[in-house]
Amino acid sequence: MSNKVVQAMYNDDDILMDAVKEVRAANYHIEEVYTPFPVHGLDKAMGLKGTRIAITAFMYGCVGLVFSVWMMNYMMIEQWPQDIGGKPSFAFIQNMPAFVPIMFEMTVFFAAHLMVITFYMRSRLWPFKEAENPDPRTTDDMFVMEVIVDGNEDELIAFLEKTGTVEIKVTEKH
Amino acid sequence: MSSHYEAPIRRPLIIGDKNYHDISVDVAAPVEGKANKLWWIAFSIALTAFLWGIGCIVYTIGTGIGVWGLNKTVGWAWDITNFVWWVGIGHAGTLISAVLLLFRQKWRMGINRSAEAMTIFSVIQAGLFPVIHMGRVWNAHFVLPLPNQFGTLWTNFNSPLLWDVFAISTYLSVSLVFWWTGLLPDFAMLRDRAIRPFQKKIYGLLSFGWTGRAKDWQRFEEVSLVLAGLATPLVLSVHTIVSFDFATSVIPGWHTTIFPPYFVAGAVFSGFAMVNTLLIIMRKVSNLEAYITKQHIELMNIVIMITGSIVGCAYITELFIAWYSGVEYEQYAFLNRATGPYWWAYLFMMSCNVFSPQFMWFKRLRTSITFSFIISIVVNIGMWFERFVIIVTSLHRDYLPSSWTMFSPTFVDIGIFIGTIGFFFVLFLLYARTFPVIAQAEVKSILKASGEKYKKLRDGNHE
Repeated sequence: MSNKVVQAMYNDDDILMDAVKEVRAANYHIEEVYTPFPVHGLDKAMGLKGTRIAITAFMYGCVGLVFSVWMMNYMMIEQWPQDIGGKPSFAFIQNMPAFVPIMFEMTVFFAAHLMVITFYMRSRLWPFKEAENPDPRTTDDMFVMEVIVDGNEDELIAFLEKTGTVEIKVTEKH
Repeated sequence: MSSHYEAPIRRPLIIGDKNYHDISVDVAAPVEGKANKLWWIAFSIALTAFLWGIGCIVYTIGTGIGVWGLNKTVGWAWDITNFVWWVGIGHAGTLISAVLLLFRQKWRMGINRSAEAMTIFSVIQAGLFPVIHMGRVWNAHFVLPLPNQFGTLWTNFNSPLLWDVFAISTYLSVSLVFWWTGLLPDFAMLRDRAIRPFQKKIYGLLSFGWTGRAKDWQRFEEVSLVLAGLATPLVLSVHTIVSFDFATSVIPGWHTTIFPPYFVAGAVFSGFAMVNTLLIIMRKVSNLEAYITKQHIELMNIVIMITGSIVGCAYITELFIAWYSGVEYEQYAFLNRATGPYWWAYLFMMSCNVFSPQFMWFKRLRTSITFSFIISIVVNIGMWFERFVIIVTSLHRDYLPSSWTMFSPTFVDIGIFIGTIGFFFVLFLLYARTFPVIAQAEVKSILKASGEKYKKLRDGNHE
């Protein structure tokens, strides 16, 4: 099977949004859209599913909270239940107020960092990663929609040309 | 265009006839150009101050804390004053990028990158003080609850100083990833514009291969929103925990329940003042007046005015409660602040913090760039004195009159403070020449809603 894609370039986000809707209505498959800034509503127009990254952050936060409670209970109550300035170290609950600041900080720490790491892994971003945008202008002012060629190539190009594109390229997708 | 509707009452946030490409060019210009003479002069001064500060730090560690002006009554003075001052300055960056994001304030976009940079750089300065004010710096790692060969001897989690360790390190690290994640699309823009292979490589490395796919943007926005949601309580908690260093003590003048919100308000107050100081200069020297407009400065002045009033309210509350408490130690602490040997510091603090922000009620003054610049510096002087007054005046005279004493700093105290100012500006000046100082991807997303050209088109050119 050939992996040909048509890259239709746009120079305006509103034209791009209309084009995305038209292409989807005509039952062509949009492989990818590259934009220089977040175009609001584009994911909805493309039919992308919502991201679950906020849910992961919530779970990571819970892990951080549980970890901090376990750590302070073990260190302050179980292993060395000492009297430090008259603080009651007989049970976790008795000295709990003094543990709240660290419980809070650890919750935020785990939620924030693990979510960001998840984002970097899911979106495949890391220091030596090669950029994969098809045109250097896509980080400046160009919007590129990649449509898979499935069937008649000329028909697809003719269709895309009517959507307000400023440039069209046909390439092999690796 | 209909998706970009904005009420006509809103003034434009991007001045001039800009398009998306112009934004890239304007943001990339300071990075792609060469540093001018003025930059090198400023950098040399900052570097000299920094090196002098390093000298003072090395001298302190090599000789002992006794080279500072501390005595056995006043065990905290310039060190912790400077620590709290720098942490406070750092807070505005998170306020601008997180709180204003949650409130969907579009004007944050022109200033958030630099405000976050300011946060990172000032928290680094703040982080120096808890370490160097230790008597035995080489044992600093004992504050971490690490398994060890002393029968696994742990730390004491009751101490606000340990909470500080967790708060500051969480704050610095979360701010850093928040800032960096926001930088990825902008580094990618610089990477794709770069002509020289070295720059292409560096920005390729820094941008983590950002490609700008629709899915990436969707996640990026969600991550930004969640991080903003996490950073907002974080920023409130960090300065709260810093205020606990004092509020949880038994010292009259320190033991107060108002400290957590009052310190946070003071932090926002001084932080926004610092952002104003830096951006008023930056918009001029980096030719970014189209993005950091007079309206941005005016809005920051309004925040300064509001938080300054909250701080003023807290001062009055403290005075009222001291009188109302019937505790003579507390009453004396405030009498001592106003009429004792440090009356001049208290007067400085009151006049800079309570009176100067009230000038912002006048539109002519708050829209004047020169006036804003002056006030922004006055506020930071006042906020330094606020911390100094709280710390020193409460310590030098408390329960036992036989322990009453005075404090005066030595050149080493002062030298380290100057060193941190130098270090801050070394970092900030390097940042201003190598980083995209405006979040161009975000600014592009509001161009059609808030750009002057588009607003005129929409309003049918009535003017």
